Amino acid sequence: MTALTAKVTEPAPPPPPGADAPKRRGVELTLLAGAVLISVLGHLYVGLATTGHLPGPAARYATGLCAAALLAHLAVRLRAPYADPLLLPIAVLLNGLGLVLIQRLDVTTPGHLTAGDQLLWSALGVALFVLVVALLRDHRVLQRYAYLSVAVALVLMLIPVFFPAVNGAHIWIRFAGLSFQPGEFAKILLAVFFAAYLAANRTALALTGRRLFWKLRLLPGRVLGPILAIWLLSVGVLVLERDLGTSLLFFGLFVIMLFTATGRIGWIAIGLLLAALGAYAVGTFEPHVHSRVDDWLNPFASIERGEGPGQLAQSLFAFGAGGLLGAGLGHGQSFLIGFAAKSDFILATAGEELGLVGLAAILLLYGLLVARGFRAGLALRDPFGRLLATGLASIVALQVFVIAGGVTGLIPLTGMAMPFLAQGGSSVVTNWIIVALLVRLSDSARRPRPAKEPAE
Amino acid sequence: MIRYIRWCAYFCALLLIALLVNIARVQVWESAAYGANPANKRPAIERYAEPRGDILVDGRPVTGSRDSGQLLRYERTYANGPLYAPVTGFSSQTYGTSFVERAEDAILSGTDPGLSAFPLWYELARGRPAGGNAATTVRAGMQRAAYAGLAGKRGAVAAVEPATGKILALVSSPSYDPSVLSGTGTKVKEAWTALNADPARPMLNRALRETYPPGSTFKIVTAAAALDAGVVSDVDAPTRTPDPYPLPGTSTLLPNAGTGCEDASMADAVQWSCNTVMAKIGVQVGLRGMVEAARRFGFNGEGLRVPAWVSRSNFDTDMSQDQLALSSIGQFNTKATPLQMAMVAAAVANGGELKYPYLVDRTTQDDGSQVRRGGERSLGRAMNPATAVRLQDLMVKVVENGTGRNAAIPGAVVGGKTGTAQHGVGNAGTPYAWFISWAKAEGAALPQVAVAVVVEDASADRGDISGNGAAAPIARAVMEAALATG
Repeated sequence: MTALTAKVTEPAPPPPPGADAPKRRGVELTLLAGAVLISVLGHLYVGLATTGHLPGPAARYATGLCAAALLAHLAVRLRAPYADPLLLPIAVLLNGLGLVLIQRLDVTTPGHLTAGDQLLWSALGVALFVLVVALLRDHRVLQRYAYLSVAVALVLMLIPVFFPAVNGAHIWIRFAGLSFQPGEFAKILLAVFFAAYLAANRTALALTGRRLFWKLRLLPGRVLGPILAIWLLSVGVLVLERDLGTSLLFFGLFVIMLFTATGRIGWIAIGLLLAALGAYAVGTFEPHVHSRVDDWLNPFASIERGEGPGQLAQSLFAFGAGGLLGAGLGHGQSFLIGFAAKSDFILATAGEELGLVGLAAILLLYGLLVARGFRAGLALRDPFGRLLATGLASIVALQVFVIAGGVTGLIPLTGMAMPFLAQGGSSVVTNWIIVALLVRLSDSARRPRPAKEPAE
Repeated sequence: MIRYIRWCAYFCALLLIALLVNIARVQVWESAAYGANPANKRPAIERYAEPRGDILVDGRPVTGSRDSGQLLRYERTYANGPLYAPVTGFSSQTYGTSFVERAEDAILSGTDPGLSAFPLWYELARGRPAGGNAATTVRAGMQRAAYAGLAGKRGAVAAVEPATGKILALVSSPSYDPSVLSGTGTKVKEAWTALNADPARPMLNRALRETYPPGSTFKIVTAAAALDAGVVSDVDAPTRTPDPYPLPGTSTLLPNAGTGCEDASMADAVQWSCNTVMAKIGVQVGLRGMVEAARRFGFNGEGLRVPAWVSRSNFDTDMSQDQLALSSIGQFNTKATPLQMAMVAAAVANGGELKYPYLVDRTTQDDGSQVRRGGERSLGRAMNPATAVRLQDLMVKVVENGTGRNAAIPGAVVGGKTGTAQHGVGNAGTPYAWFISWAKAEGAALPQVAVAVVVEDASADRGDISGNGAAAPIARAVMEAALATG
């Protein structure tokens, strides 16, 4: 087999003074100021609209947000000066908007305040962002830890099996009053592993193997075997834990990264076919999933049965109530959705109170984040970096699609967290790490090439 | 690999486009359908998020709002609910609204565009103006007098101002307290079920929505028709009417309640309520003439809106001569609401001109500035002015020296007409006691008030039941209240 420990070259030497590559750190700072301003104004507006006066801790909130943004910016400025200037501001804006929405929903659930926790988790997320940007000088280091990554990922995913189920899914670890979703971290580790493995073996995967017919070639089992096994194992564990959203994500991630590495579209088609069969089987035999598919096909069936609107129906009502311009922050009734309003259904609040315009803006922000990720992948010169950037961008894209499509009735609903927006500590922290890695990757991608090109 | 990364990016872009198209579908296309779904609580939450405007009587609110702390926040309260229920109706979070609560809902709930000088401002600010108020034409003193007069007996009172059509009192008895229906939950549902199951039908607005045979009070319409048509030119001239009167084309004999009706003049016939004379006069006027006269008084109309809708009062348009004879004395299929009979009295009192009755004087914004004024409208001329003057004299005689003496008020000119309406199979039911009247303070140019009272089940001996015994004292009390307050 091939070595995963590709030789890590030293960081490229700093460009000579007056080099042409623009760093765009000023742009980033300006955008960050805008993102912080929007979040603080949103925070103030929610206070005014729901209680009639400005929220008490507004000054602290604003200071905290400014400090976090500045700190993150400094880390990027010092350690990743060539990084894409859009990544950090988008993350700050999305996280800020999420906090505004959670704070707004807290008003309707006085017994269950979560904005404070979310703020702490966000702070931790920013701290980890700073740490990753500061300590990880070259993303290729990660290639060395591919097998460690996958081992840790599997352990993380297995742990919750030993903890009691919450809402029918074994995906949380609870201790000391905190709940934690280790599967969230596993997705980064798995992306790192896939990227490293596929980068090391992609020639074998792309070119060898027995020809079946036309262009379809049997992928060499020797190479494909281990990664397929790990992927099946992780998806299997998730299915056992009934974390269908994440298993869907892992499946999509695997297919996308395999395709990027090999360009074998036939295999992707077969994979999708198998997935469709699997999904059909799960959807038919697993009552939990079955009911969600039913809900998706006919969201108002429960109303016709006289049981009142279900979660999805309430979510659709919320989106419908928002219309084009929305009811205005604090003026919606998305709390009718019930217990998942702050987590899985946070987009419904955005849709109801900010309208189609606001929701589209949020989705476009995600689109921009993903696009910037892909762009880093395109500009990178090492296959591991390219694959990792593609994988991380795809993780964000798939998550957004699965949850946004679910709550708006486009696809069956699968529980998953909207990156940055939804309430949930592990999700926020994980997404900050993803953005940190993308910052690191984009820095490498945009860094002026040293005079002597290192061999790929 | 670059090519495949691009493809992945395009794939993600496709997902994003799918999401955007779908949210546009949900938020623009389906938005109205979702909003109209009965399971969607948003319209109700918004509707009850602010206190409802008030309904005013004599400038003072007879309604209120209570913060229930529930999802549907403000509930309706009623001061003196049973007294004003026929006016206000109910405003229930479970069962909707009725009467003025319904007719002026847009004002009271704050959705009327007239409540804001700049409707666009609220559109932009995502707010809503505070609910406005609806000032009624009802006078508290008269309303109380009518309600106390009925004293829980089944019946109704309608009083109008003849010159304007303002409804001064509107009472139905037995009544109910609309506040028991205000909120949500099992208590409200139980109250609703109980009210609907009650054989006394307390939620029925007898003044506007129940039609009764008007009995002898209808003789005013017949007399007006006869005078207008010239069938009777001298009210004091004796008519050649046998007692009892054989109904034309049949062998049935129509009797009188009292004596002295043989060949009586129309004046005496009104004064002593002679069935025979008035039935014969009705036949002489003829079907077309009688139908036309009844129509001019408001019978067979499209249905009034005061602004709550009023049941249609009926005078058959296709009858044989004997049926016409009975209809002319307010029997057979002739049916009238108490408000309709108050309008008959008011037309006489107002010199023959009939005003459109109305209940809401003006609607105002929260701060009292006017939104709309309930306008006076004419319903047309019910009779010639000369006819009205002669009928006024006849009605005054009824009270001064006829069947309606219980309505007399010292120091005032009062005209009235009693009625006792047979009903039920074979006339087996307890007769309805009617009294319609108007009153004018001494020296006033025009009568201030016209009243109709109907009592369904006066718990007196059947023989004693008459307009004069059961209904006239109530009418008098209402008229006294009207004259007292001006």
